[in-house]
Amino acid sequence: MSSGWIEMAAARDLAIRYGFIVLLFGLIAYFAIAAGGFVSPQSAVFIFQSVAITGVLALGVTATLVVGGFDLSIGSVATSAMMAAAYVMVVLEQNAVVAVTACLAIGVIVGLINGWLIVYMRVPDLLATLGMMFLLVGLQRIPTEGRSIATGMTMPDGSVANGTFSAAFLALGRHRFDFFIPNLIPVSVVVLLVLAVLIWFFLEYTRFGRMMYAVGSNERAAELAGAPVKAYKIWAYVISGVFASIGGILLAARLGRGDIASGNNLLLDAVAAALIGYAVLGAAKPNAFGTAVGAVFVGVLLQGLTMMNAPYYTQDFIKGVVLVVALVFTFALSGRGKR
Amino acid sequence: MGNDAVFRVDGLRKSFGHIEVLGGVSLDLHAGEVTVLMGANGAGKSTLVKIISGVYERGGGTMSLAGQDFALQDFAPKTPAEAIRAGVVTVHQNINDGVVADLDVATNLTLDRLSGSGAPTLFNPGRVRREAKAVADRMELTIDLKARISDLSLADRQMVAIARAMAHQPKVLILDEPTSSLSSAEADRLFALLDRLREQGVAILYISHRMSDIRRLADRIVSMRDGVISGVFDRKPLDYEGAVNAMLGRKIHLDRIVARNSARPVLTIEGLRIAEGSRPISLTLGDGEVVAITGLVGVGKTALAETLFGVRKPLSGTMVLNGKPYAPGSTGEAIAAGVFLVAKDRGENGIVGDFNIQENISLPFHKRMSRLGVLKRRIERATARRQIQELGIVCRSEKDEMSALSGGNQQKVMVARWMSQAARLFILDEPFQGVDISARRDIAAKLRASANGRATLLFVTELDEALETADRILVMSEQTIVGEHRNADIDLERLLAEVAGGPSQSAA
Repeated sequence: MSSGWIEMAAARDLAIRYGFIVLLFGLIAYFAIAAGGFVSPQSAVFIFQSVAITGVLALGVTATLVVGGFDLSIGSVATSAMMAAAYVMVVLEQNAVVAVTACLAIGVIVGLINGWLIVYMRVPDLLATLGMMFLLVGLQRIPTEGRSIATGMTMPDGSVANGTFSAAFLALGRHRFDFFIPNLIPVSVVVLLVLAVLIWFFLEYTRFGRMMYAVGSNERAAELAGAPVKAYKIWAYVISGVFASIGGILLAARLGRGDIASGNNLLLDAVAAALIGYAVLGAAKPNAFGTAVGAVFVGVLLQGLTMMNAPYYTQDFIKGVVLVVALVFTFALSGRGKR
Repeated sequence: MGNDAVFRVDGLRKSFGHIEVLGGVSLDLHAGEVTVLMGANGAGKSTLVKIISGVYERGGGTMSLAGQDFALQDFAPKTPAEAIRAGVVTVHQNINDGVVADLDVATNLTLDRLSGSGAPTLFNPGRVRREAKAVADRMELTIDLKARISDLSLADRQMVAIARAMAHQPKVLILDEPTSSLSSAEADRLFALLDRLREQGVAILYISHRMSDIRRLADRIVSMRDGVISGVFDRKPLDYEGAVNAMLGRKIHLDRIVARNSARPVLTIEGLRIAEGSRPISLTLGDGEVVAITGLVGVGKTALAETLFGVRKPLSGTMVLNGKPYAPGSTGEAIAAGVFLVAKDRGENGIVGDFNIQENISLPFHKRMSRLGVLKRRIERATARRQIQELGIVCRSEKDEMSALSGGNQQKVMVARWMSQAARLFILDEPFQGVDISARRDIAAKLRASANGRATLLFVTELDEALETADRILVMSEQTIVGEHRNADIDLERLLAEVAGGPSQSAA
């Protein structure tokens, strides 16, 4: 009986550790056979491009998950940054550098306010960032009285906005680098990869990342080990805010306008990617590599289904199923329920 | 007394896994009498209470409760509700477990009637207020029945919790450290209430560490140690020192240590006050010496440890470390100054559960183990391996999860963490709690062997632990130091009197 039990436990360990990776490759193999043209550089790039913005947001929210928090405001930070970029260039007629700076400043400020609310005002993380989400969704509509921003639009005071998105800014969304094949890799994919490597290195190899994990696992122990716990938590929200605003910049550059209606799915998709990441390699904790894999997983799934002509309205349902399965992997099977 | 037991526990046993927590406890409670139960942490008091109140199932033995005809009948509650219906009511340590903070006093007083079977489906505010008033009058409560619980003081909440419990007209009332969060004026009100209940003939089991409470209330003291009753004291005047002695235990140790003296001071404390209204603390700790501060739970040991480590600020007084003024504003500053603390309750304050042994050991010293913010894992691993060797931590490798280790080995990791770098002042708060005897010996021996170059300060409740490890023993009572003993030919009678506090306290 006992040897059978040990084999079962070993098999379960393997399933927890490699289950999701195997599933990902299985999925790719299936689509490669079932959907013609799925295995091609263009298709791969398309998948990456489709997940670039949510991936960047997911990497940011991973930082808050690491310290045992959560950030629900990332989607609205991204859309606020997009609206701000459009406003700065179209209405204020400034250049790309000013627009990018304004967006990053929004990310930093929102992150600091979130951190302050959670650490000093003791508002629970979910509620603080939920409040911030509502606040930003409303705030981004005020300057234009709820209208989208595009060149030639009429302002509330009757004047016409004559500014344009600068070419340099639009390049962030539209330029493609040559990589063996000319015009292959979009800037947004490069940004995603660079940020993924950066945050992965930060969390895994620097003392700051290590201490953030300690704060998330046992805040009191981290404090008694001399860590400035409050500062670490606030920094996590700043990282999350800045990553979300970078996502917003990429979104604005792709759309070329400040579209009030876009970015609805950003929050849910990003959170799903980060939570799916828990299940990757049996980490059972937030981690940058897992988040990146989680984002790609969702991208592969949706791209494959689209190429097999699955209707668009089934997408959210499928994403939800994947998320629930991943959470079961993490919490029930590994028995390391935390958060 | 003694002829009218209303509640009897006989040979009660309980084990969790292989660990026996209760090893045959027998205890009688009498009507109209307050029995105080004393015991150090881990003695088994809470387990005993939880079995009596129907939270845990017993492992062996019997319990019986007087019925209508005063004859003892078998009592075996399967749930807390069953125990309450039978007439055994418990007020737990955490006051807020006994009341619903968002409801008003009247609703709280009648809560059990709202939820029991046969309760009316519709809520009748008038009836609730009438019933609540009846309960309050019986208890002589003078709290506004319309007030919300969350607006009341802790003492008032406690009163409501007790009144609510008394609405069942129990034969036995158990109070688990009810004064631990009350001021002395608030405690007085509680005592007056308990006096009335005693007159009404309720048998009261009162669990406390506070000597002042015990002197005020006890008709009888029962001491518990290591899961058995170690002493019953009911002859007047009550032998308080004997009860403390029975609770802390005192075995003669043949391998007594050789006490050392130290000439070079490391830390000097002058006039340090750690609580409102307490007397100031002054002491000096020398290089190479191991000093133990002993005293009952709640006398301020942890508060003093945390003050030295920068977790809390003293009300007044000065500290000098290495000849320089020392006033840490944070734990980080304390560590930078060479003051390390092994905090008590490792699960809560020490262990990072998601980290393995190696990562737990390196936790406070990341800065010293990294360049440009990047951790040097080779150094981290070498440090962990060295410490595992030094302290004899039993594990497969430095990559083991903490949850795979025994309690003793977990504690060794906590000590190893802080011994991996040189300290000037090394503080350990209850380092032997939940640690088996061999790990305890290992840790104590290591502390003594490595004592040179720093001052070592232990906070322990158990006297044995102080006698086994320290060169000098200080006694703490009511947030201050009340006695000092060199650990050689100690006058144990005087030391125990100091621990117990009260009139026979020495002038030290």
